[in-house]
Amino acid sequence: MNGMDDLLKKYAKKLVDAGLATARGPGAPLMGGLDQDLTWNRSAPEIPVLEQVFLQLNINSLAFVRPAPPYDRIIGFLADRALKGPGRTQHEDAGFSRGKIMPQDCETRTFLHDLPVVESFDANTVCRALKQRKTVIVQAKGKNENFQGPAVIVPGTVSPEQGFVHISSVCFACFVKFFSDYLSELKKGCADREMDQVFDQALPFLQTDTPQTPHLMPGPFAGEKQVIAAMDQAGRQIVADGLVDSYFGNISFCTNNTLYISQTGAPLDELPGCIDPVPLDGSSSAGITASSELSAHLETIARTGCRAILHGHPRFSVIGSMDCDPEIKAACAFNTRCHTHCPVPRAIKTTPIVPGEVGTGQFGLCHTLPRAFEKSDTVIVYGHGIFATGKTDFIKAFSNMTAVEHLCKIHYIEQVRKLRDINHGNRTS
Amino acid sequence: MYGWTGKIAWIDLTRQKTNTLSLSPDTYARFLGGKGMGGFFLRPCAELAWDHPDMPVCLFTGPLTATIAPTSGRSHMVSLSPLTGLVADASMGGKIGVQLKRAGWDGLVITGKSKCPVGIEIQDSRITLMPAAHLWGLPTNMVHDALSPGRAGLACIGPAGENGVRFAAVIVDRYHAAGRTGLGLNLGTKKIKYIRVSGTGSTRVKDPDRLKQARADIFRLTAASPALMGRFGFSCMGTGAMYDLMDNRCMMPTDNFAATRFAFAGQLNAHAYAKTYAPKKHGCKGCHILCKKIAGQPSSGPAMPEFETMSHFTALVGCRDKELVMRANQLCNNLGMDTISAASVLACFREITGTNFTPRSLLNMLEEIALDRGDGKALKNGAAAWAQSMGTPGAAMAVKGLDLPAYDPRGAYGMALGFAMSTRGGCHLRAYPIAHEILRKPVATDRFSFSGKARIIKIAEDLNAVVDSLTACKFTFFAAGLEEYARAISAVTGKDFTAQDLLATGEKIVYNERIINSLNKFDARHDDLPERFFKQPGTGCDQFSVPPIDRTAFLAARQAYYAVRELTQTGLPVREKAEKLGLEWHG
Repeated sequence: MNGMDDLLKKYAKKLVDAGLATARGPGAPLMGGLDQDLTWNRSAPEIPVLEQVFLQLNINSLAFVRPAPPYDRIIGFLADRALKGPGRTQHEDAGFSRGKIMPQDCETRTFLHDLPVVESFDANTVCRALKQRKTVIVQAKGKNENFQGPAVIVPGTVSPEQGFVHISSVCFACFVKFFSDYLSELKKGCADREMDQVFDQALPFLQTDTPQTPHLMPGPFAGEKQVIAAMDQAGRQIVADGLVDSYFGNISFCTNNTLYISQTGAPLDELPGCIDPVPLDGSSSAGITASSELSAHLETIARTGCRAILHGHPRFSVIGSMDCDPEIKAACAFNTRCHTHCPVPRAIKTTPIVPGEVGTGQFGLCHTLPRAFEKSDTVIVYGHGIFATGKTDFIKAFSNMTAVEHLCKIHYIEQVRKLRDINHGNRTS
Repeated sequence: MYGWTGKIAWIDLTRQKTNTLSLSPDTYARFLGGKGMGGFFLRPCAELAWDHPDMPVCLFTGPLTATIAPTSGRSHMVSLSPLTGLVADASMGGKIGVQLKRAGWDGLVITGKSKCPVGIEIQDSRITLMPAAHLWGLPTNMVHDALSPGRAGLACIGPAGENGVRFAAVIVDRYHAAGRTGLGLNLGTKKIKYIRVSGTGSTRVKDPDRLKQARADIFRLTAASPALMGRFGFSCMGTGAMYDLMDNRCMMPTDNFAATRFAFAGQLNAHAYAKTYAPKKHGCKGCHILCKKIAGQPSSGPAMPEFETMSHFTALVGCRDKELVMRANQLCNNLGMDTISAASVLACFREITGTNFTPRSLLNMLEEIALDRGDGKALKNGAAAWAQSMGTPGAAMAVKGLDLPAYDPRGAYGMALGFAMSTRGGCHLRAYPIAHEILRKPVATDRFSFSGKARIIKIAEDLNAVVDSLTACKFTFFAAGLEEYARAISAVTGKDFTAQDLLATGEKIVYNERIINSLNKFDARHDDLPERFFKQPGTGCDQFSVPPIDRTAFLAARQAYYAVRELTQTGLPVREKAEKLGLEWHG
């Protein structure tokens, strides 16, 4: 028996739990794992083509997903636009290159770079794309009449977890891109009917009710066991509430001169065993496996005296952080470097938005985020996500993050409604 | 050509002549440079003795060397190992690779033997053999002082390479060691004391803008890497940052791998060294990570020990003195010896004789080895040979004669398989599974399981063969991948490379090494770990235990690896696969 079976099942289930794929039918995740022998988590008509992909690429796993609604419609729309390419539509400057979707969120910019799209579901075409990038979107139309797209395909060289991670990233990136583009196009008066339709189809999937505050452990926490239990609980909740995809985000708590922080790439809904204790005096470097935002966490704690930090990627906060008046943006000297150089102090209501990239580079968010926390206990990083702090536990941080995301979502929908009314008036007049 | 200079210098020391070789663009594309090109030249000589005059010592750069591609300023030395009889290869840092490329050479192929000590002086296209008898016997630091290379790159050997130490190293630009497999002795046997190179040219780049974009992508990824650029990453703390982690994960080889935790680890970590020696950042040419650390106190600034040296000169040999580690590291560098093998042979000696070391006796023993005196006369042949001669081969913690580095395989089964399968013996760098088993990149794998590891190790070996052929630094690949580097090499050469194309090249390079090793009678009998790992547990902690490795599971993983690598069940290469890869087949 292939030893990968458990991993294939685990990550297929995680894709379903995250709402990125359906549990049954052709939309159920199809995961293949290859050590000495190739095994699949289920039977499917796509397997013969995907087996050819295994033969052509030096990989050990492959994930194939037809995204669940609303991602199917969103990705399908973006994939169609990408295939039309620049110069053939009015979307020349809207983040498309021929055969590529080019999202501007932080995760894509850093890790995936761009999202190739192909029109045909055959091994050679798929492999051509996967030789270049970590993922490919198949939007077959006409050429494969029996193939239902869009589908996202991701190989792995180490674990099927790579498939889960990158499919999550693709869905997140496309979601953020569509809603960002739509708002921007509405503001320019350029949104077309197809965009309206995609929005209308996605809208029912957006929870607009006021979110419930979850019951989290109140602080202060007595010792390491309680700290880890509280982090575990908050981590599970932040994933369950859709405020971050499992693999991303980070969380920390500081007590007894030690920062307990999630490890890099730790799934926030599987934190036990993935938390590093980092002494504040730097006397151990065991934190080498800690989150890439360790420096930002340490600096924030030093500046504010907070104990708890939560970081998630709530989608409408990310979309809101990238919202900029198109005319002002067009005239801005830094309009291709908003994520690192945005020169304007920006905020959503009272929550500041700061630029900054992942990690500790010259333009890393470790240089911008801690300063912003001196004025607010919740901060949004441009195109990236929310960081929220708490003094004794995760309750306030969690409720702040939830509230900001809800606010951003409602504000977005209101803006769209108003702008559509205006645009609709313009179209009919 | 873009990327490559198209010129290789063939230096015949016996005839004191130099010729210029030209290879076809196709050969360059097939073997890239560095390790790949070294293997290409080694293959026809595979069955010669390591010290045969016709046995080449190859030093190659890669297509990215002397460009702005991050961490690509390295070079790679290849020959046949006097320590193991396997392929000998080691990556070289410093600036010699960049200088060689700027001088207009993709690489050097050195054959023959000089009658008297020589230095190879390369100034652009001019190659001169200089008498070096006055430098023979000098430690490497004094060679550097005497030659004052300035902006030139300088590789040299110390007394160990002159006196037959089978784990002699090549020391580059004072601080950087090409340590493993005994390449210092390969040079010493040819009577080469040093190679000094300076060049004034540049590498032709086809598409500079595209290269800048690839570089920006790589920079962004490395900035996001905690292991590289984080507060406790290699850039801030040096590779010594791994010390706490290895103890914390119960993987620190202690008392010659009898245990896997070291009680004094907390006092001997990178933080402790930083407090005492105030290290400063230093790096190879063209690197932004700057993992090398030079002591700021005392002001003379010796190189700080790397993680392996920190670990093996404390936990492995039963010492707990930072100053001793500093002095042992400096002594090994000056005498020109691999610190891993040097510490390993001492640990083996300690286990067999029951003799504990004092700081003085340990340093004396290192000198005896390098200077071929006393007990050193026998120990200079390495732990495996010495333990065999003492009738206790199980006390040598080596695979195929190459001593194991500071990662206990009972704590990481990918590492266990990687050690056993490596074409140069017990080496952590050929598959480098520490990335996913410990550092969680690109994602974490279960370190106490062989599940899926056969193919993971095979793919990683292919990848790292490419890295050593480009010639880039492996550390960068904790963050970036071949996806980004393929774009860099395409931009430099103007040829379209994809990550998968490069992996296919890596597969060819590794298979070629398997062929070379098979011609020297290596097979599955040698692809194995010391018995200790299957019989004795490691030291556990409150959270988990460290049991012995299940031999049946290990053997199953090895068979899976052979199947994935397309070798026979006894680990031998096959004609069909070799021909499919475009490799020369013997017989």
